[in-house]
Amino acid sequence: MAKEILVGNTSDFEEGGKKIVPNGKSEIGVYLIKGEWFAYQNLCPHQGGPACEGLLMAKVEEIIHPEKKTYHGMRFNHDEMHIVCPWHGWEFRMEDGVACGDSAWKLRKYDVNIRGEKVYVLA
Amino acid sequence: MELPTSNIHKQAIASFDTSTLLRNAARQRDARGYNQFPIIDVDCHHYENESIQEIVRYIDDEVLSQMGQLYTSGGTGGQAPFGVAGVGYQDIAGRVTRYPLRKTETTPADEQHRDIHLSLKWMDAMGVDYVCLFPTPMLSLGLHPQPEVEGALAKAYNRWLLENITAKEKRIKTMMYVPFGDPDAAYETVKEFGHHRDVIGFMICSVQYNSVHNNAYMKTYSLMEELGKPLGFHGNYNWNDRLVGNSNRFLVTHALGFTVYNAVHLCNWVINGLPERFPNLKTIWIESGLAWIPWVMQRLDNDYKMRWSEAPSLKGLPSDYMRQMFYTSQPMEVPNRLDVLEMTFSLINAKEQLLWSSDYPHWDMDVPSVIYDLPFLTEIQKHRILGGNAIELFGLDVSDRFPGYENSQLGVES
Repeated sequence: MAKEILVGNTSDFEEGGKKIVPNGKSEIGVYLIKGEWFAYQNLCPHQGGPACEGLLMAKVEEIIHPEKKTYHGMRFNHDEMHIVCPWHGWEFRMEDGVACGDSAWKLRKYDVNIRGEKVYVLA
Repeated sequence: MELPTSNIHKQAIASFDTSTLLRNAARQRDARGYNQFPIIDVDCHHYENESIQEIVRYIDDEVLSQMGQLYTSGGTGGQAPFGVAGVGYQDIAGRVTRYPLRKTETTPADEQHRDIHLSLKWMDAMGVDYVCLFPTPMLSLGLHPQPEVEGALAKAYNRWLLENITAKEKRIKTMMYVPFGDPDAAYETVKEFGHHRDVIGFMICSVQYNSVHNNAYMKTYSLMEELGKPLGFHGNYNWNDRLVGNSNRFLVTHALGFTVYNAVHLCNWVINGLPERFPNLKTIWIESGLAWIPWVMQRLDNDYKMRWSEAPSLKGLPSDYMRQMFYTSQPMEVPNRLDVLEMTFSLINAKEQLLWSSDYPHWDMDVPSVIYDLPFLTEIQKHRILGGNAIELFGLDVSDRFPGYENSQLGVES
């Protein structure tokens, strides 16, 4: 049965903020992104890096002219944020934890419960 | 320190510590019992450019030494007489955080060099017992337009490394930088440093345009063979190369560069019959991963059967010679179809010829579990690849960490 881990108060989090809490022999990273809560195991499925301790980066997109198919640089798409593992740079979608480079790989996801001011993860 | 990200979320980093970054590697170490057998890392790095002011003082040529001291103490504005590393961003624009943060890491203010402190931190975290340490920017020095500069800096670096790093820490060894751009300097390097206790072999930077089969190098190979120490070719990228640099993405020039230079040198080494001329000189192909080897084996064998007269010194297929060579594992490609990797291991006789390497602290480093967790290896094969093969190849003495250790206890499984 899943246990609840107290992460802290909602007021501890700024928009785009995160907190890493211990969970047995590992940790869980809890994020507040545009009003939504997300939680993932701090363990990259690639080689075991502390994925949640890396940067948050927006998705990179190429700017391709729709008719001419020509390339016109790159931009960040802030609607899709990525968790970036600091060991090798593997990127994972915040929405579901799936690896951008290969959907066969993903971070372990946890549910987040908000009760009053308190933030909990179910681990 | 605050790292710029994609603007919405800047990330503040209070401090950086290698042991913290590698906490999960330490957990793997403990869970898998790496303290039960020796782990040897045949290819790791330090940033010798951070000590360049110390290194240039070891240059013999007083004019080059003066030049070095001037430019390494501030220079005259953007120019660097020794720098040829060129364009690149291995850290994926800061995503691999140890690159931008490494300078903020503190080390004890004692007599040990900072590079020793930093090396031991990651070695202990991963469970690595001994390493072969290589430079970083100097891996591009083979492209320097002045061969005498490559020779002078290589000699200075070699001296500095032996005096300040390997002499002070028994767990750190090196394969000596051989300045291949100057055949006479290459020979003199092997002659001067080849007998040294901490020199376990010799290293040629693969990114250069000299031919390994040039007669000018034969006396050097003879000397290496006589010394009984192996010769390694260390891969690298070169975005200025007209062919493998012909891409607008680092991903491509890295993926190709690190393999293609070594592929060319290996092909020339085999087809010119150098394994027959120097039967006791062992060669190691470093930091090219493994996927390229089956490709080269098949291409060479196929052409050799039709064009035997161009390789008359060979007494077997090119792949037979390649199977007797050594390969470092990193960056080991792990395809989703693991049987492809298993076939590669079989083709290169990995249980005896493969040497695990981390390449730490570089961006595409491998931890020991890339080998240890492979389901198709036996426990003995894992031990050999992670350490036993290297102990045998280099004749390493591991008794201070594993008293009474006998490599022969690993045997060779069929």
